[in-house]
Amino acid sequence: MKFKLVSSLVSLVTTAVLTVATPAQADDSLNAVLAKKSIALGVASDFPPYGFMGPDFKLTGVDVATAQLIADKLGVKAEFVPVSTPNRIPYLQTKKIDLIVSALGKNPEREKVIDFTIAYAPFFQAVFGPKALNIKSFDDLAGKSIAVTRGTIQDDMLQKVAPPTLKIQRFEDDSTTVAAFISQQTQLLATGAAVAAAAVQKNPQVQAEYKLLLKDSPNFIGVRKGETALLTKVNEILRAAKADGTLEQYSQKWLGRGTGVLPE
Amino acid sequence: MIEFDFGVVLAQWPMLAHGLVLTVALTLASAVLGTALGIACAWARLHGGRALRSATSAYVEAVRNTPFIIQLFFIFFGLPSLGIRLSVEVACVLAMVLNLGAYACEIVRAGLQATPKGQLEAAMSLALTPWQTFSRVVLPPALARIWPALVSQIIIVMLGSAVCGQISAEELSQAANLISSRTFRSFESYILVTLVYLALAMALRQCLNWVGPRFIFTSR
Repeated sequence: MKFKLVSSLVSLVTTAVLTVATPAQADDSLNAVLAKKSIALGVASDFPPYGFMGPDFKLTGVDVATAQLIADKLGVKAEFVPVSTPNRIPYLQTKKIDLIVSALGKNPEREKVIDFTIAYAPFFQAVFGPKALNIKSFDDLAGKSIAVTRGTIQDDMLQKVAPPTLKIQRFEDDSTTVAAFISQQTQLLATGAAVAAAAVQKNPQVQAEYKLLLKDSPNFIGVRKGETALLTKVNEILRAAKADGTLEQYSQKWLGRGTGVLPE
Repeated sequence: MIEFDFGVVLAQWPMLAHGLVLTVALTLASAVLGTALGIACAWARLHGGRALRSATSAYVEAVRNTPFIIQLFFIFFGLPSLGIRLSVEVACVLAMVLNLGAYACEIVRAGLQATPKGQLEAAMSLALTPWQTFSRVVLPPALARIWPALVSQIIIVMLGSAVCGQISAEELSQAANLISSRTFRSFESYILVTLVYLALAMALRQCLNWVGPRFIFTSR
């Protein structure tokens, strides 16, 4: 509730400030990047498996790989700038970065202040469970138990689609929810892709895998408003990577699931 | 300007009623078992052998010096790694019984130790066995002495059951949490549940004060 209020306030203020402070952009970022031979890419550094610090202290993940791919195809050096969820759009607007590649979802509020490329990776809320458990549809959830964080999208979705005999056990935060599943107090887990990937990575003994999709909200790359040349170029790169299976390979590697149909 | 809307919150009353039932059930089960455990431990600390005495005091100190939520998490999340998997309700009752047992042990022990020496000598001169002395002569007046303190401790444990929602038990506070996250009316939800807890605690105190002298110990 509080968070909602704060975030809507932040986006309101951001929108207001940015519409006032940034008049029509000159469409020159692509040329600037090519001239400088380097592109500044805003990535998350604490959001596995999208953008996170690997064991070797190097940034890695789906976002980082995609960002690197774009830099490589442009033939320039990739300069990674760690961004947070609240500061990434202001960073883009103030030219601290050229692109946002940090699990960015598209919504009408954001479309007012920045432009979006085509989607490059899936982001999803899903049901996860051990390999031994055969779950093919929501009907298979009957009589099972599932851990979920109270009041999340997953909680709402489960309530709508799951059979009434599914025992939904609600916990207060993601870490307790994951703990319940890892300690096998529940048979299944409903959570976001990022949380599940981290949990599975740290607890290989539970042999958990992706089971059912609850909600899809894919990631897009953010571009400064009006930078059409750069936007077109990045879209070209992404379409080529989609066609030759590179994006599919990234998704399989880090998310354990294919990209599915990514919206244009 | 904040506007209150209790209607949407009250519309969720079945959830609240369900939570109330579970809170009362958890409290009753743990009050009975926890008090029994407390009496047994108090006896063990005073009359048990050396091993039993030190085992009991280790248990009492461990429980009284750690937070309830950690004890609960240990039972629910920790024990499965030893192969012991308990249902949510059993885990809650076990945690509450162990918690109340430790505090009740010290409360009851105080009552037992306050027994006048003359009564023990009288029991001995009547050739009562140690068990008869304990159960007939020492325990009932001891319970009568410490009853208000024990009732308070039971109420503290009842209020502490609010924490059980953390391991997904659908008790009263979990019901309030669910209602507030569904209706986005957190203030109304928590005000309502606060009043329910208040009423419940007062009713429980009245009830135990009535039950105690009539059934647990017979006052002179």
